[in-house]
Amino acid sequence: MKAIIRTENLRKTYGMGEIQVHALDGVNIEIQQGEFVAVMGPSGSGKSTLMNIIGCLDRPTAGKYFLAGQDVSDLDKVQLARIRNQQIGFIFQSFNLLSRTSALRNVMLPLIYQRPGSLSIEEREAKALAALEAVGLGDRADHDPNELSGGQRQRVAIARALVNDPILIMADEPTGNLDTRTGQEIMTVLQNLHGRGRTIVMVTHEPNIAEITERTITLVDGKVHQERILSALEAV
Amino acid sequence: MTTQQEITSVNLIKPNISHPVDVESYGIISPAEIMRIAWEGVARNKVRSLLTMLGVIIGVGAVIIMIAISAGTEATISEQIEGLGSNLVFIQAGFGRGGPGGNNNDPTLIYDDVELVAGVNGVVGTAVEQQTTQTIKSDSTTLTDVPLVGTTPDFPSVRDVDISQGRFFNETELERKSKLAILSHGIAQELFGDENPIGQSITVGTTKLTVIGVAAERGIVGNTDFDSLVYAPITLVFDRFLPAQFARFAGDRVRIIYAEIEEEADMENVITQIQLRLAGTKDVAVEELPFTIQTQNDIIETEGATTEAFRNLLAWVAGVSLLVGGIGIMNIMLVSVTERTREIGIRQSVGATPNDIRLQFLTEAILLSLVGGLIGIAVGVIGGILFGQTSDMRTVIVPESIFLAFGSAAAVGIFFGFFPANKAAQLDPIEALRYE
Ligand SMILES: Nc1ncnc2c1ncn2[C@@H]1O[C@H](COP(=O)(O)OP(=O)(O)OP(=O)(O)O)[C@@H](O)[C@H]1O
Ligand SMILES: [Mg+2]
Repeated sequence: MKAIIRTENLRKTYGMGEIQVHALDGVNIEIQQGEFVAVMGPSGSGKSTLMNIIGCLDRPTAGKYFLAGQDVSDLDKVQLARIRNQQIGFIFQSFNLLSRTSALRNVMLPLIYQRPGSLSIEEREAKALAALEAVGLGDRADHDPNELSGGQRQRVAIARALVNDPILIMADEPTGNLDTRTGQEIMTVLQNLHGRGRTIVMVTHEPNIAEITERTITLVDGKVHQERILSALEAV
Repeated sequence: MTTQQEITSVNLIKPNISHPVDVESYGIISPAEIMRIAWEGVARNKVRSLLTMLGVIIGVGAVIIMIAISAGTEATISEQIEGLGSNLVFIQAGFGRGGPGGNNNDPTLIYDDVELVAGVNGVVGTAVEQQTTQTIKSDSTTLTDVPLVGTTPDFPSVRDVDISQGRFFNETELERKSKLAILSHGIAQELFGDENPIGQSITVGTTKLTVIGVAAERGIVGNTDFDSLVYAPITLVFDRFLPAQFARFAGDRVRIIYAEIEEEADMENVITQIQLRLAGTKDVAVEELPFTIQTQNDIIETEGATTEAFRNLLAWVAGVSLLVGGIGIMNIMLVSVTERTREIGIRQSVGATPNDIRLQFLTEAILLSLVGGLIGIAVGVIGGILFGQTSDMRTVIVPESIFLAFGSAAAVGIFFGFFPANKAAQLDPIEALRYE
């Protein structure tokens, strides 16, 4: 197995003046291809900060981050955008779909920002439709987000996260805005993706959601506090 | 569960992670795609887009209407000037001013000079003019500050003034200093209303004159309102109406002599002849003659210059309204960037680079100003035509003004779209995604 994520002493410090917040305080983690990992921890422990750096939305203040073996700690804004576009899919708590834009157009969004020479409009539409079908929303391609339920919206967001064939899917509290039943549904979708070999890192507050994954990383005060590794337990 | 079945039925290829991303592949996304994104942005909020365009619509419309008005005015003026009568030479005392007064040491243009001008080969008609301002009374009405034009019998033919009622005075009446008056259309209306003015008696200053004719409506030509004049024999004007202290010189000083030339081709030659003769009789060099000698074309050019100044002024006014429109675009674009922070964050999260975002907003701004420009052109052309039809002013739609207006609309879009677009491009993706 190859490490999709490897961090070395990752630090993120906010505030330049007197009061400094060490949101991440020396994080060393390694996540292999195909793993489904939950990140837990109390509020303010640095979960979102870690997700932002792993998701290439932000850069660490210090330390190294290797994504699929490539050192991405010192890339600039444009380079990070290229990485996000080609290797990472995001799922947010609040869905983050473009309003008044059809589900299909929303799912196509990552394909639009591929550089020219990649896919024709027809190919993009076909790909986006396939991704929508993969999350069971093939028949809702023309619907706007406000015509969809919360669970359906999140599934559109998952389709969007999939459409670029990313090597890594990042989900920050994907069930946080959903009721328990719909949350379970979304977890089933994620589990299926995991079953098909996707690498998923997910922040959650709910232990029963975290239990579905095979491994949990718990952060406290910007440090890795403990890890639960299901595969290790199962191996016993 | 249905979802599960659907997922397994789709072939989701396991991603290949052995090739690192080529982070240096900068390039821009396809222009068609940028246009589409920008169009979606514009179409998604139609009311806001319309408000944004409003400034440009008004600006572009104003440019076209104002240029149409000034072009219309210009056309009217040149038609009037051309209607003055053809092949006319204007000889004026001083440099455009003339009349009693001026520098007493300078040679003056006098009544006797008319003979000299008339004697030049190629001159087929002459008229002369001297003016004073008088109070004029009929039985019922008193008008003050009316220009009284003293002239000669050929005036109507030389200056193309039609006599609609009665007649103009003749040579005999000129010689006899007959107490006759010809009223212009406007003055006749004011003094006599619907009554027939012919044969009526009016008091000019203290002298009683008999009205023998009325000039047809003519309008304003150049600086002269032909409808508010009274004409009388110039000999009578010298005798009765010019201030006494000038009697010796000014008694026969004239403001202007008109010479009608037979052939337009002779114009330059005739002017030279006139200049030589005048210089001879005044005993000065031709270059020192203090007279302005102008042709029809000179006057048209002068008028052209003034209407061009008028047109420039209007263009400035319109330019300012375009500028205001541009600032309007910038304002609403700035608000729009703030409102759409979340959208920008979403786009950034899926891989939009700062350049992609900048291009999107810049294209939106240009799109808004171009669509606004097109609507503005429609408003301007239709408005210009309607204005011409419903008001006294004539309008001529100038094709160049359409290009000018459209070009400025595009420029406004680029210029004022740049700042908001840059602001959008520089947003931090994390903060943008967190924006409520
Ligand atoms: N932009 C920022 N500027 C300053 N401090 C920040 C910023 N972002 C996060 N922090 C601080 O960093 C710490 C970690 O924040 P983070 O959002 O990663 O926590 P979290 O674990 O995601 O919390 P939650 O469970 O509430 O989402 C917090 O103390 C927070 O106040
Ligand atoms: Mg968080």
